[in-house]
Amino acid sequence: MHLTGRHRSSATEELQVIAPSKLAIENVSKSFRGASGSVLALDRVSLNVAEAEFVCLVGASGCGKTTLLNIIAGLEKPDSGLVLADGKPVTGPGRERLVMFQEPALFPWLTVLGNVLFGLKLKPNLTSKDRRDVASYYLELVGLSRFERANIHELSGGMKQRVSLARALAPNPRVLLMDEPFAALDALTREQLYGDIQRIWKARRKTIVFVTHNVREAACLGDRVLLFAPHPGRIHEEFTVDLPRPRDINSVDLAAYATRITKALKSLGQPEAAVTG
Amino acid sequence: MKRFLLAAIFFAALVLIWEILFRAKIWSPVLLPSPGQVVTYLESAAADGTLAKATVITMRRLLVGYVIGLIMGLPLGLLTARWKLFHDTIGTLALGLQTLPSVCWVPLALLWFGQTEAAMLFVVVMGTLWSVVIATETGVRNVPPIYRRAALTMGSKRFHIWFKVILPAALPFIVSGMKQGWAFAWRSLMAAEIFVTILTGFGLGQLLHYGRELSAMEQVIGIMIVIVVIGLLADKIFFSPIEKFLHRRWGTSQA
Repeated sequence: MHLTGRHRSSATEELQVIAPSKLAIENVSKSFRGASGSVLALDRVSLNVAEAEFVCLVGASGCGKTTLLNIIAGLEKPDSGLVLADGKPVTGPGRERLVMFQEPALFPWLTVLGNVLFGLKLKPNLTSKDRRDVASYYLELVGLSRFERANIHELSGGMKQRVSLARALAPNPRVLLMDEPFAALDALTREQLYGDIQRIWKARRKTIVFVTHNVREAACLGDRVLLFAPHPGRIHEEFTVDLPRPRDINSVDLAAYATRITKALKSLGQPEAAVTG
Repeated sequence: MKRFLLAAIFFAALVLIWEILFRAKIWSPVLLPSPGQVVTYLESAAADGTLAKATVITMRRLLVGYVIGLIMGLPLGLLTARWKLFHDTIGTLALGLQTLPSVCWVPLALLWFGQTEAAMLFVVVMGTLWSVVIATETGVRNVPPIYRRAALTMGSKRFHIWFKVILPAALPFIVSGMKQGWAFAWRSLMAAEIFVTILTGFGLGQLLHYGRELSAMEQVIGIMIVIVVIGLLADKIFFSPIEKFLHRRWGTSQA
C-alpha cells in the first residue's frame, strides 16, 4: 500500500484502540401503549457496565431487553431514569454507541464496502483514502476482504452479519450494542461467529451489551449474564461467568452455567421461553 | 446472438406477412400501403429534414415537461410521505388525478394556454407528475424503519438520512414511477399534438394528423413506426440500464 505520511498517520490514528465506555443505567422505566392498554416494558431498571465488559441480557420475548438496548443506543427515550455513558447523559443516538441489529440492516443499494464506509463518511477529518484503509481493515478483521465489491443480496446470512459487525466497528465506537445478532443464523455459522466476536472484542476493546434469548450463547459470550423477567420488564438475577477465554460453546463447564441460568429462567414461569443451547 | 437472430427473424416475418397482404390486394392500397412505400416516405421525410425537425420538437416538449414533472413530483412525494397533512391533501389529489387519463388535460390546457407550447408542456407535466408523486410516496413509506435507525446510530441526521438513506432505499419504487410517468407523458403528448395545431412547431403527432388529412397512409404508418421506435429507444437507453442496475444491486429477479 502506498500511503503518504499524512494519510498513514490519520488512518492509523483512526484505527487506534480507544478507551471503551462505562455505562450507568439508572432507574430506567419505559411503557408502551398497546392494544390492551399500557404495558410496562421496563420498571426502574438499574445497571452498571464496566469499561470493556461484555454483558449479556437474556430473557423471554417481551421482557424489555431490546427496549433497554434501544434506550442505551439513544434510539428510544426512557419515560424516567437516565443512561450515562462515561458520566454523560445519553440524549440521542450517536456513533459512540453503535448497534448491530438482528434483522439485516445493511443497505442494499450499497456494496459491502459502501456499507462499511457509510458511518466513516460521517466522521469529519478523514480523507477518502483514510476511510478506505479503515474500511479495508475491518473487512479483513471479519474475514471478508475478498467481498468488498459484492452486493448485499449475494451474501449468506452469516456473511451479512459479519458485514454488519464491520460496519458497526468501523467508526470506532466505545460501545457495541448487539440485538440478537446471531438469532437467524444456523448453528455452525453461529459457532464461528462466537469465536470471532470474542477475538474482535479482545482486539478492539469494546464495551458490549448483547441481547439474546439463547442462554448458552449468553454464557459463552458474557462476563456477566443478566436474566430479565417480564411483566414488568426488570432484571431478575445476575450471573457472573468465570471461565477462561476464548470460550467454546460446547464446553462442559459452560453447560453448567447454562443449566443454572436456564433453571432460573424456568422458575420465572415461562417454560416456553427459548432454552436453546 | 441466438436471441437476436430469432427476434430478427420474427420481425422479418412480420414485414413479409405485411407485404403478402398488400400483394393479395384484400384492402385498397390507400388503406394498406406496402412496406416499400412506407420506407420510401420515411426516406424522403428524413431527406428533406421534416422527420428530424418533428422528432426534435416532440422530444424537446417531452423532455422539458418530463423533467419539470420529476422536479416537482419528487419533493411532493417526499412531503406526502413525511407529513400526514400533505398525505391527506396532495396525496389524495395525486391519487385522484393519476386515475384521470392524461389526454383529459388537453381541452383544459387549450382553454388556459391556447395553441401554444405552454399547453403542450402542461399536458406532459400533468402526465408525469402524479405518477412520480405516488411512486415516491409509496417508495418512501416502504423503506424499512431499521435503515433509518441504523443510519441514526452512525451519526446520520435529517437531510443526510433523506438523501443517503430514504431516497436510495426508495429508488426501485421511484424508478418504476418514473417509467410510468414517462409512458403517460408520451401518450398524452401524442394526443395533444394530434389534437392541436401549433404554429411554433410541427411535432410527430402533427405529422401523423396531416397524414390522415391527406389520406397518406404511408405517412401515418411511417410516423407510427417512428413513435414506436422512440419509445423502444427510451426504454433501452434510459430505463433499461437503471433497472438492470437495480436488479443487480437489490438481487430482484431479472427479466
